[in-house]
Amino acid sequence: METLWFCVIALLWLGYLFLEGFDFGVGMLLPFLGRDNTERRVMINTIGPVWDGNEVWLLVAGGATFAAFPGWYAALFSAAYLPLTLFLLALIGRGVAFEYRGKVDSERWRKVWDTVIFVGSWVAALGVGLVIATTVIGLPIDANGDRVGSPFAAITLQSLLGALAIAGYALVHGAIFVSLKTEGEIRERARRMALTMAPVALLPLVALLLYVAGFWALPVVLFAGLALWRLWAGREGQAFAFMGLAVAATVTVLFASLYPNVLPSTLDPAYSLTVAGAASSPYTLTVMTWVAAFGTPAVLIYQGWTYWVFRKRIGVRHIPVH
Amino acid sequence: MDVLELARWQFGITTVYHFLMVPLTIGLSLLVAAMQTAWVRTGNERYYKMTKFWGKLLLINFAMGVVTGIVQEFQFGMAWSAYSRFVGDVFGAPLAMEGLVAFFVESTFLGLWIFGWDKLPKKVHLACAWAFSLATMASAYFILAANSWMQHPVGIVLEDGRPRLTSIWAVLTNNTTLAAFPHTIAGAFAVAATFLVGIGAWHLWKKSDEEGVWRSSLKLGTWVGVVAFAVLAISGDVQGKLMFQQQPMKMAAAEALCHTEEPAAFSIFAIGDVRRPDCENVKSITVPALLSFLANNDFTSEVKGIQDLVPMYQEKYGTNYPVDERLGELSGKPIDYVPALPVTYWGFRLMIGFGAISAGLGLVMLWLTRGGRVPRGKWFPITALAGIATPFLANSFGWIFTEMGRQPFVVVPNPSGVDGVWMFTAQAVSNSAPGEILTSLIALTLTYGALACVEVYLIRKYVRGGVAGVIPAKTDDGALAFAY
Repeated sequence: METLWFCVIALLWLGYLFLEGFDFGVGMLLPFLGRDNTERRVMINTIGPVWDGNEVWLLVAGGATFAAFPGWYAALFSAAYLPLTLFLLALIGRGVAFEYRGKVDSERWRKVWDTVIFVGSWVAALGVGLVIATTVIGLPIDANGDRVGSPFAAITLQSLLGALAIAGYALVHGAIFVSLKTEGEIRERARRMALTMAPVALLPLVALLLYVAGFWALPVVLFAGLALWRLWAGREGQAFAFMGLAVAATVTVLFASLYPNVLPSTLDPAYSLTVAGAASSPYTLTVMTWVAAFGTPAVLIYQGWTYWVFRKRIGVRHIPVH
Repeated sequence: MDVLELARWQFGITTVYHFLMVPLTIGLSLLVAAMQTAWVRTGNERYYKMTKFWGKLLLINFAMGVVTGIVQEFQFGMAWSAYSRFVGDVFGAPLAMEGLVAFFVESTFLGLWIFGWDKLPKKVHLACAWAFSLATMASAYFILAANSWMQHPVGIVLEDGRPRLTSIWAVLTNNTTLAAFPHTIAGAFAVAATFLVGIGAWHLWKKSDEEGVWRSSLKLGTWVGVVAFAVLAISGDVQGKLMFQQQPMKMAAAEALCHTEEPAAFSIFAIGDVRRPDCENVKSITVPALLSFLANNDFTSEVKGIQDLVPMYQEKYGTNYPVDERLGELSGKPIDYVPALPVTYWGFRLMIGFGAISAGLGLVMLWLTRGGRVPRGKWFPITALAGIATPFLANSFGWIFTEMGRQPFVVVPNPSGVDGVWMFTAQAVSNSAPGEILTSLIALTLTYGALACVEVYLIRKYVRGGVAGVIPAKTDDGALAFAY
């Protein structure tokens, strides 16, 4: 049962990285891909109806970790306090920015919010990468699960590599998403940008996986390669799907290498939090399993429906001139 | 300040702030769904305009509620990790359910509603409005179930010094939750109602275009307000009686009732220093025997005072904190079972007072605008707009009272429940450096302050813009262009 919930948490993170990954990417690419206000609006409108639903995956991943593995939730969140604070501020900023950007018709107003979206998306993508890498690599925690040492214990070379890995992935994923959801010049530009930057942008991810799991980095490289090949051939939908497989493989490899730990202690392996040690009681896990068994398919259906409703490509011609 | 104080300030500030957005979202989203229903059923353009206008204000507010909500969930693990470990087996479940069952629906269908005006069939689009407005209430239910469990733990056994969940049903049907839910939801509708009344009255007075929109909004607001305040009073009374049984100290603190009285008088207003638990030098204007009735439905019954409750608490839950270095200065010190009396006493009165003012205001507005009348004096719009603040204040003071009133506990012992399940707030904080919490406290407070200015600015702008400011310009193929 604990193992099942470990897999569910991994799945929730996967959902989060796959979905919010591209809306982070769109924000991170905003000034590079969107040449003028109209193009930036096109970009933001590709994620407009869905980014908020994507973000709920994070809340559910957090809530499910709290419910199923309180020890993990408590140790990781309190130990990575400052990085998480920054991450939260970034999420607050970009969330508000999406909603408020278009509410006042002024160039300066939009510029401010564009900057918030840009910075917020970068910081949030780096932050989520740092936290995921941290839980895989471990922290100096004592027998009680409390951090020993400085507030910056979560910031290590490896966790910074994790930050870059997820940010790089989000860049490529976001560019592919823009090319999939737009039409005209911006679509072509996004496609070319994804192809050009991918070798560099995906490097940290490959490095992280090589470091954590060695040989098992291969499937991710393979799927990412296939994604770029399909993108090169002009098949954006297939490229996007292969990126999905790449991130699925990434999450699988990372969490598989973590198991049966959930948060290793870098002080003493005996202090490491394990799936069995950090889990809730079987009753709580059973309750949660029922909720997830009914809830998750429903979420997938209605979120899927949302994407279907907004399946049409968007172009500059859809943006009214003020 | 130490970690405990900093973490408490942070939780207080972020929660009260979050709860400024939440009630407006809950109340307004259902009213907007109702307006849209009226439009879809009657085809009357007035209802369409109302939906658009109030819907826009709802969206401006909703965004802030969402982003400040994430902080709430993360904060338990970040700043209150000892608490999270202690209660995780029980407390995490309603939070996770809130996300999975309610918040997903809320966010997804709100996105569909914002962007779906021209994409979805009318009725499907309307169903989206209902989906998210009902989901906001479901959200509130799960969060209140979690909070109520801290006020009154049920559905558990004690195992290895921690509560272990034995019945999720008991947690979700906790009588504390069942009493808190109608009270909180009615509080949300009171906020939305006063919002409609205040803004509607202002537009009427200004003789803005679309008089019908403002008159209907004002009327809707007043009637919703009347019902909401009736429910508030009744549910508040039920909740109060429950609290006298479940947390007698909180209620004694609400009254600053130092000595046991039989029958007990209800204090309306106190002059002097209510800080002292011996009530020296406090003169109070009272209604005889009313407190006995509020507590027990009986004008002659006894109500226990603080001075008699303290020894009872000491006997049951100990006189001193355990010796534990994590408790810092409090380690081994005597436990102070008396909440901060000025906060509880005045918080309780301000909650009721502001609630009563806003209830009265709604009725006065309805009377003043009867039969198409609109008073011409400048006092009219000023009163109407200032009135908007009153239910917000009542809600905030209500929460401040109920959360401060349960101190020094974070998990209050259930007098009729499992023995040994309680936690002092001082034991709940993370093992953080004070600098960490201070950093986030400052950063969040500044960010929240700045965003409050932006939100108020935007709401003002769209309120002034009236109906004309929210009807979108059509594009070639009527796509989703208007939203951003």
